[in-house]
Amino acid sequence: MSPEPLLEVRDLKVSFRTEDGLIRAVDGVSLSLSPGETLGIVGESGSGKSVTMMSVMRLITDPNARFEGEVLYKGRDLMKLGQDQIREVRGAGIAMIFQDPMTSLNPVYRVGWQIEEQIREHEQISKQAAHARAIDLLTAVGIPQAGDRVDDYPHQFSGGMRQRVMIAMALSCNPDILIADEPTTALDVTIQAQILNLIKKLKDDFDTAVVLITHDMGVVADLADRIAVMYAGRIIEKGSRRDIFYDPQHPYTWGLLGSIARLDRPKPRRLAAIPGQPPSLLRLPPGCAFGDRCAHRFARCDERPDLLDKTGDGHLDACHLDPRQKKDLRETTIHPELIEEAT
Amino acid sequence: MTAGSAASADSVAAGHASAAPGPAGSPAGQAAGNGEVLLRAEHITKYFPVRRGVLLQREVARVHAVDDVSFDLRAGETLGLVGESGCGKSTLARCIARLFPLTGGTVVFEGRDISRLSRRQLRPVRRELQMVFQDPYASLNPRKRVGAVIADPMRIHRWGSREQIRRRVGELLELVGLSPEHINRYPHEFSGGQRQRIGVARALALHPRLIIADEPVSALDVSIRAQVINLLDDLQDELSLTYIFIAHDLGVVRHVSDRIAVMYLGKIVEISPAEDLYRRPIHPYTEALLSAVPIPDPDLSERRNQIVLEGDVPSPISPPSGCRFHTRCRYATEICAQQEPPLVAHGSEGHMAACHHPLSVGRAPAADQQA
Repeated sequence: MSPEPLLEVRDLKVSFRTEDGLIRAVDGVSLSLSPGETLGIVGESGSGKSVTMMSVMRLITDPNARFEGEVLYKGRDLMKLGQDQIREVRGAGIAMIFQDPMTSLNPVYRVGWQIEEQIREHEQISKQAAHARAIDLLTAVGIPQAGDRVDDYPHQFSGGMRQRVMIAMALSCNPDILIADEPTTALDVTIQAQILNLIKKLKDDFDTAVVLITHDMGVVADLADRIAVMYAGRIIEKGSRRDIFYDPQHPYTWGLLGSIARLDRPKPRRLAAIPGQPPSLLRLPPGCAFGDRCAHRFARCDERPDLLDKTGDGHLDACHLDPRQKKDLRETTIHPELIEEAT
Repeated sequence: MTAGSAASADSVAAGHASAAPGPAGSPAGQAAGNGEVLLRAEHITKYFPVRRGVLLQREVARVHAVDDVSFDLRAGETLGLVGESGCGKSTLARCIARLFPLTGGTVVFEGRDISRLSRRQLRPVRRELQMVFQDPYASLNPRKRVGAVIADPMRIHRWGSREQIRRRVGELLELVGLSPEHINRYPHEFSGGQRQRIGVARALALHPRLIIADEPVSALDVSIRAQVINLLDDLQDELSLTYIFIAHDLGVVRHVSDRIAVMYLGKIVEISPAEDLYRRPIHPYTEALLSAVPIPDPDLSERRNQIVLEGDVPSPISPPSGCRFHTRCRYATEICAQQEPPLVAHGSEGHMAACHHPLSVGRAPAADQQA
């Protein structure tokens, strides 16, 4: 990687002890994020995408959780910091926004107060100055008449406006990194478009690095520079946005691309559904975790594939198939509209 | 046919065109399917009262959830209902299923007005008209075994003997792609996708003709979503079902629907054969809605000019005057705030829209240059 990474996750493992056994939620994830870069993490529920970033923020307080690996932020290992030190990093260095803006805001405090509280936590600044900054921030995220709205309560805002408030709060201390965990999943499409445009604009204006966690390939297509696809607690493919969309290497990525009902292509007779369901994290198969659902499984898949750079250009995948075969194999999965009128 | 002969319903459903021409002055849109008209919604209106006061609850306002909506649904077709949250699509569906009384209008199902029927009178209708809900976690009773969940509609409607019911439950489980051995399990032992299959099996128990699916795949993961959509597709072919399919995902709706109705603040603003709607949107709201959908293709996504609507949907308690969309419309002119545009055909027979400045119909939109 060219410049010094801002954030580097090295072989992160997160497991939870439960009555039924050990849940391996994150099983050896490595990531890096450069200044100003946008990284998309794509995966379904239970793939470990949120747990990974929650662990980076040290937000998992479950006493049954176990962490291994390193999270380096500007050279410091966040996993080793004490509570006071990590609080300094949160907000000022790395900020996070979540899927549901209603549950992330405190319903009994005015939104302006909640933003000011965060600013005053990190900076020596007067109440008046913090208040003025809150209004500026609300204006920057596109809240009309921010001067009046700053004293409203969260329930007086719509879902999209609440997410804007969350973004304003996240940006209040000029963080280097913004982690957005499914920021638009709870919103309508037209509002989703507004919020994604806002994130794009802020990224350019403030030069913030963004980690965008989503299950929607459409969302990362527009925004991410690099993309990591996660499945059953591991990254199974990682590469540039173009790599993932135009030269995907892992059959799971093919399945994800083929199972979307797309507006930009002719309508296929059937969607290319991925059969079955993800494996239980309590009992991960010894081989490839996707093996049971994969149409191209062969003998070698019984041994676990490593995430390797087989093309030599920084595009990594964890699949045993011969890269030369993949182009033919994937075509009908990614383009179900090509198998027209087979009946 | 009488509403009670449910068991033979799938044999008389769609397929043979009964050549019933769309009656003159038919409410909205000619159906894409060529079956008989199974359901006719006429001027459906549903207002919810907003009450204030502790003891004496006065009605202070009304939420205009559905306002004068009309359409026809033909046997064997799928009508997609799209729109943002709060546009009234779910309320409309629940009006049609008569889950609550209407404020106004009529629902004619199989030639019979069901909009004023009592609960008891509705029973036979319910056999023919079933719903599948969004949340597969909330819509199944967690204390009942799956067998009992699916058998419930049959018991309530006194269908068959115990032995027949048990056989039917097994059949249904197999039909939706689950193993009949799962009959004694509880809902929590299933994944989201499997639970939605159970919800579908329950809806199919009494051989309904019409299924209203309210966001049936929205709560599911992408890969599972495709499985359930394909299942619903197959079941429609196999059992000659008619669907009303509600979703906010325009890709999904395009995939399943023959015709699509776009709703905004309680009104249908455009209704059209599915492909025509995507190729040739007439209402500016439809255009904006389509444009907002993210495209999973970086190059295409970069190249297109996305129309991003400003602001939020106005409150349905006091909807805007004239065209309800005029506050967010980039083509809006004076007339839009004053006169409500009627839902009329543009270009082709089945493609109707309610707009003073219709797009893609040859005529340039009046305000185009200004915008």
